[in-house]
Amino acid sequence: MTTTPDPMKPNLAQTTGPHVQVVETDASVERRSKEAYFTASQGQLIWARFKKQRAAMIAASVLLFLVLSGIFAPFLSPYNPTIAGKNDEYTNGAPQIPMFCDTNGCSLRPFVHAVERERSMATNFRWVTTINEDERHYIYFFVEGWEYKLFGFIPMDTHLFGAPDGFVHVFGTDDAGKDIFSRTFHAIWTSLQVGTIGVLIAFVLALVIGGISGYYGGWIDSVLQMITDAVRTVPAIPLFMAVAAFMPPELSAEERFFYISLILGLIGWPTLARRVRTHLLTERNQEYVLAAQLCGASSGHVIRRHLLPSFTSYIIVDLVISFPYMVLSETALSFIGLGLKDPVNSLGVMLQNVTSADVLLNYQWYFIPVIFFIALVMAFVFVGDGLRDAADPYSDNNK
Amino acid sequence: MTALIDVQNLTLKFRTDEGLITAVDNVSFSLNKGEVMGLVGESGSGKSVTAKALMHLNAKNAVYTPESKITLHTDKGPVDVLSLRTPRELNIVRGGAVSMIFQEPMASFAPAITIGKQMVEQLQLHGDYSNEKAKRWSIEMLDRVGISDAAKRFDQYAFELSGGMRQRAMIAMALSTQPKLLIADEPTTALDVTIQAQVIDLMKDLVAEFHMGIVFITHDLGVVAQTADKVNVMYLGRMIEEGPVREVIRNPKHPYTQGLLAALPKLDDLDSPLTPVPGDIPSPLERPTGCVFHTRCSKVVGDVCKAVEPAERRIDATHKVSCHIYDEVPA
Amino acid sequence: MSDVLIRAKGLSVGFPIGGGLFNKQILKAVDNVSLDIEKGSFFGLVGESGSGKTTLGRALLKAAPITAGGAHYSDGEVDYDLEKITKDQLRDYRKRAQLIFQDPYAALSPRMTVRDIIAEPLEVMKLTKNRQETDARVREIAAKCRLNLEHLRRFPHAFSGGQRQRISIARALVSAPKFIVADESVAALDVSIQADVLNLLKQIQSDMGLTFLFISHDLSVVAHTCDHVAVMYLGRLVETAPTRKLFTAPRHPYTKALFSAIPSLDPDDRGSAQKLTGEIPSPTNQPSGCKFHTRCPFVLDHCKQVEPKLETDGTGHDVACHRWKELMAPQAA
Repeated sequence: MTTTPDPMKPNLAQTTGPHVQVVETDASVERRSKEAYFTASQGQLIWARFKKQRAAMIAASVLLFLVLSGIFAPFLSPYNPTIAGKNDEYTNGAPQIPMFCDTNGCSLRPFVHAVERERSMATNFRWVTTINEDERHYIYFFVEGWEYKLFGFIPMDTHLFGAPDGFVHVFGTDDAGKDIFSRTFHAIWTSLQVGTIGVLIAFVLALVIGGISGYYGGWIDSVLQMITDAVRTVPAIPLFMAVAAFMPPELSAEERFFYISLILGLIGWPTLARRVRTHLLTERNQEYVLAAQLCGASSGHVIRRHLLPSFTSYIIVDLVISFPYMVLSETALSFIGLGLKDPVNSLGVMLQNVTSADVLLNYQWYFIPVIFFIALVMAFVFVGDGLRDAADPYSDNNK
Repeated sequence: MTALIDVQNLTLKFRTDEGLITAVDNVSFSLNKGEVMGLVGESGSGKSVTAKALMHLNAKNAVYTPESKITLHTDKGPVDVLSLRTPRELNIVRGGAVSMIFQEPMASFAPAITIGKQMVEQLQLHGDYSNEKAKRWSIEMLDRVGISDAAKRFDQYAFELSGGMRQRAMIAMALSTQPKLLIADEPTTALDVTIQAQVIDLMKDLVAEFHMGIVFITHDLGVVAQTADKVNVMYLGRMIEEGPVREVIRNPKHPYTQGLLAALPKLDDLDSPLTPVPGDIPSPLERPTGCVFHTRCSKVVGDVCKAVEPAERRIDATHKVSCHIYDEVPA
Repeated sequence: MSDVLIRAKGLSVGFPIGGGLFNKQILKAVDNVSLDIEKGSFFGLVGESGSGKTTLGRALLKAAPITAGGAHYSDGEVDYDLEKITKDQLRDYRKRAQLIFQDPYAALSPRMTVRDIIAEPLEVMKLTKNRQETDARVREIAAKCRLNLEHLRRFPHAFSGGQRQRISIARALVSAPKFIVADESVAALDVSIQADVLNLLKQIQSDMGLTFLFISHDLSVVAHTCDHVAVMYLGRLVETAPTRKLFTAPRHPYTKALFSAIPSLDPDDRGSAQKLTGEIPSPTNQPSGCKFHTRCPFVLDHCKQVEPKLETDGTGHDVACHRWKELMAPQAA
């Protein structure tokens, strides 16, 4: 049993595939793990390094959870997040926490207590909410509720949970009686969509402009870099305000949504373009690119086989890192009232709703979406950082 | 002769994604004042890492074993280099008692500061120099290493100098603090042969004049023959042979040293075939058991080479080798 | 003459550098070089950095712009004028002439397996009809370069410098070229590996009947591998001769200085040799007359004004120096 393969005597049997009997010894296990490392592609190596970073892995699972909850938002939400799903009986209602036990004993099925509200002479004509501890609304899973289209095309009316006898608002309701729980998940989805469209627009622009700039160089590069710098100098907030002023107020929510994404993309591209250009410039001068050219490879072949694969990992990292800025910009825009507006559910709109003393004093549950917002941005930042470290192992003290 | 630096049982590993990688394995040597030690080895032999350890200069992921000990004998008594922690303590060795010159001179000059300013800063960091005195001494040093028009060069930036001049300026800067020990990490490898010859000459003159100890790291046995008093040969982190330069070059004992010498193309006999050391240098992940060289050795004596790490044997009073084929000669 | 594979005549290569649109300067990297590389020879090109040897090698591969003069390639099957080569001819020339790089780390794409790296020229040039044929060819060449066939699935990060250089060689050989430029191909390798790669190159040359242009700064390596050597200084050819002649009786003071600068392996022979002072001048600011006059110990006023021509004496030992005969005389006596 030899542990090291003899380079002078190639073992042809092993190259043909997996039909080789391998005796499992420590040495062979070790050898296979090494072989796995040696035959690992750059992508696999990046993934292996990424997995070792705990913070990034936690962030990645948080991110995955948030993205999935965004995708399945209609299914997770017991109520329609728009005005159509408002609960007139329970405006500005406090969160109802599902429980298993109360003074009347325990049950296996979670329930919430029924709520009664009253406005009368006795309450000085203000709404007063009283919890009726004797009446339980049981929570059922996979209940039928408002109709929606999953992924935009599968018509469904099943929801993860609901209280068919009454209502359940886990995160409470807003002043119109809309369920904040449902709104939050829809808002995450909207913000992710705006971010994705924004990043995509920015990315396509960056790839084309940065790509032309980096590949051709010379005066084309100089001119394009001047334009890029010019765009970079435009301050974001005044530009947002100007554009928002141009936006006709009669635009529908969808149109508004599209324009916001467009603006974000148009402002976001210069940074990305610069990075694409830098990657191209460094990779283009690598000797292996010259080697390919010397065997007669066309520009197309060089770009496809060498340049693109060489920076896809970096580009993915850049995209992930620029994502939270898109979400932040959208939020900022909506927050100052220039972006999306109620009744569209976006994180920015939800954030805007917390800007009153009334909320701070009386309706603190409005802040729950803020927690999700912070989690989303943090998750993106950590995943982006982790990916960057994994893609570029020499950035830290490894060597 | 007084000892300048003592290295005992230096073992150094790096923590990497692929696990702990041994870079230096139980290396001991000592160097006297005014002595030039050639540290010879190929890539991955751990020669640079060993030298950096002398200044406690290795990256954060380096792990020293507790047995490792490096003692530097300064004017103020012995210093345990590996126990130094704070920047103030480390200043004693870094740039103070020990200086280092590199293969790539640009690496030791900040691009945006003039050469003179850097030299003055370094002097003032390590000694009590007025601006005027520091400048005078710096120009004198530049002049001393053969830089023409030193006063003008003093105000220039590193990129304005040619490769050979840069190397000279770096040597001037390293020597201006009058270190006891100079570590030269492949200082001539990136230079053309004609410039290399000039730099070697310069180094020889400087040793004679400043009387410091030099650790000269190189993979070129010719350079070693021209500069060193004694030679230590390293392979995969092990010190496999050490002795006076004439002994090691004329009468190499370790099969690896013999192989290295045989692999050199010789100018006086063009017909002699080139004999490579067979095989490839193992990857650091596949460190051989027993004698680290057994995978490429032509003189393997049975299983003992594969299983047992050879201890250092004394061939004569000064010549030591780590190989199973020799028996220790009683001193 | 059918036995000359590459013939360069007055070849010059210049690069525009710096400046704006109007005051463009031309950097003359290779200046009026004429040389013949015979078929099946191992031709050495020696010089310090900045001597233009790499640029000359690339110009012969049509990878650097030829600004004056020209070069001819003729291997018996085809005959190309590299200056006026057409696109189709160039495509064919790429099969016949290949380059082996200096740095075995930079020359291999880190994102391709060894098999893909070696197979790339075949696929780009469409030399094989299908995958089986490509694989067979890759294996054949890999075995010739002593690569372990089970390593073909690995990525370059698994290999040491010597192994990587063998991969580079395999890649250059896969299109069955006739002419190979090896640019400092062993300079980055360790001494113990260097001899192995040199032997491999020699063996491949004799097995496949190739012609090599071996570019190196290391005279001792050149002495052991090449059968004809040309010495370059500042873009000029200063001496060219069969290896034996050059090494036993160098004529140009620069060649002599290069020899004496090689550090002797004898610890007792220190500093006896005559050393060259100064450094190679910048190619943007070249000296007048003989380019070497700024460093030459035997310089005369005449050398500073008149550029010496490459003198041929019929034995294949050419030298460009005004004084070589008188400098050789005391040695001969």
